[in-house]
Amino acid sequence: MIPAPFDYVRAESTEEAIALVGQHGDESKFIAGGHSLLPLMKLRLAQPSVLIDIGRVTDLSYVRDAGDHVAIGALTRHMDVETSEVLREHAPLLAHATSHVGDPQVRHRGTIGGSIAHADPASDLPAVALALGATYVAQGPNGTREIAAADFATSYLESALADDELLTEIRVPKMNGAGWGFEKFNRRAQDWAIVGVAAWRRNGDAGVALVNMGSTPVLATGVVSALADGASVADAAQLAADGTDPQPDLNASIEYRQHLARALTKRALDIASS
Amino acid sequence: MTSLFEEVAPSEDDNIPVRRVEVRLNGERRAAKVEPRLLLAHLIRQGFQLTGTHTGCDTTNCGACTVLFDGEPVKSCTMLAVQAHGHEVTTVEGLATASELHPIQEGFKDEHGLQCGFCTPGMMLAAKALLDHNPNPTEDDVRWALSGNLCRCTGYQNIVKAVLWAAEKLRDADPGAAEGGDE
Ligand SMILES: Cc1cc2nc3c(=O)[nH]c(=O)nc-3n(C[C@H](O)[C@H](O)[C@H](O)COP(=O)(O)OP(=O)(O)OC[C@H]3O[C@@H](n4cnc5c(N)ncnc54)[C@H](O)[C@@H]3O)c2cc1C
Ligand code: FES
Ligand code: FES
Repeated sequence: MIPAPFDYVRAESTEEAIALVGQHGDESKFIAGGHSLLPLMKLRLAQPSVLIDIGRVTDLSYVRDAGDHVAIGALTRHMDVETSEVLREHAPLLAHATSHVGDPQVRHRGTIGGSIAHADPASDLPAVALALGATYVAQGPNGTREIAAADFATSYLESALADDELLTEIRVPKMNGAGWGFEKFNRRAQDWAIVGVAAWRRNGDAGVALVNMGSTPVLATGVVSALADGASVADAAQLAADGTDPQPDLNASIEYRQHLARALTKRALDIASS
Repeated sequence: MTSLFEEVAPSEDDNIPVRRVEVRLNGERRAAKVEPRLLLAHLIRQGFQLTGTHTGCDTTNCGACTVLFDGEPVKSCTMLAVQAHGHEVTTVEGLATASELHPIQEGFKDEHGLQCGFCTPGMMLAAKALLDHNPNPTEDDVRWALSGNLCRCTGYQNIVKAVLWAAEKLRDADPGAAEGGDE
């Protein structure tokens, strides 16, 4: 399978990437690791006329301790997130979940920024970032702005990013010793999640988000408020599928996905509470 | 496919036009003019005529097209040739020398790590990346490292044995490396 023809330009810096997208317009697309975009282009489900390669913008590849949060450059590869000592210490939920994205080859190419920007509800990292209350930094021709993870995904594969904006940084609040659990249910090792749950708990606080339970990653707000009101994990987890709108496919019906959301939420919270 | 590709002489020119791709392929500088949509797997196979890199699924699932990109395993069916510009690519042809098999290749031979052989180049390169980082892998480490590579013949047991065999052989050949590794 070969993609439809397109023109190809390389950006060496953030500024150049933004200038290039301004020049080439909305028929152009950024390519980071290409591990979401190229499969779509090979199937000709995506046919950008110009690819702007940001894969070499190495100044966007970093993991930094930034006081109350960890700052991760958008071009940081999954493999570097998974093995980052800073993240293992301060955001172990993200480091662990990233080690379960695809397989080693995928993790050597795919980037955290591509994963977030692609806004695929079946992806693990958008839900993890949502559970942790992450903030995204976007840079466009008029400067930079912050977007809360909760405001980012707008619908299936659609986000609050403008076409001429580059996602530059992911800011993940430090977990400060919170307990956490990540449950990804799939049929084969290294597959996409049929349903996934990312959860953390610290004193009275908690965060729970769901993978593949709707057209965007979903915050399980009912579960979190039940926990805050003193409900048991078992009772709170029963609310995990409330208000979700998962799609049926070859792997799972709607009912089965909702059952999985409840069961996996309980498991993830049990681990987070232990 | 030939219409997407034309091999040209390597150049010293820093100001390389975008659709010119120059890579260090198995240690040797190779350059080509390509359409941006040419996949790395096709540059290697049809362009540079190194057919040891297989394409099985063409959908990033099977790992048969695995090559080492700057030493790390990637699926060459899911990379554009232009993305490889300026980088190092190692294919299975880069493992053996003219006279000697690489210990990983010996391991696959000794432990019957292949039947039809279709998955084998990708398996061996994923294994090489593992052993480069971790000279002392456990069986679980090997299975995890090969989890992006499918085999429809062997049932995997002998592939895992082959990699562990190679790890031991490499450790024996270079005892210092066993402490090395960067895990
Ligand atoms: C076989 C396979 C298995 C996978 N399994 C999983 C899995 O289990 N879980 C999971 O979560 N993911 C999985 N993935 C997806 C993988 O994580 C991708 O790497 C990731 O979704 C996209 O990152 P990328 O860098 O490859 O983005 P690209 O494919 O390069 O880009 C994706 C989209 O985001 C845009 N984009 C990229 N970077 C930026 C940026 N900085 N600013 C603005 N826009 C940007 C691009 O224009 C494009 O539209 C899998 C992929 C494959 C091929
Ligand atoms: S051919 Fe590339 S992963 Fe199967
Ligand atoms: S030996 Fe036949 S696919 Fe692995």
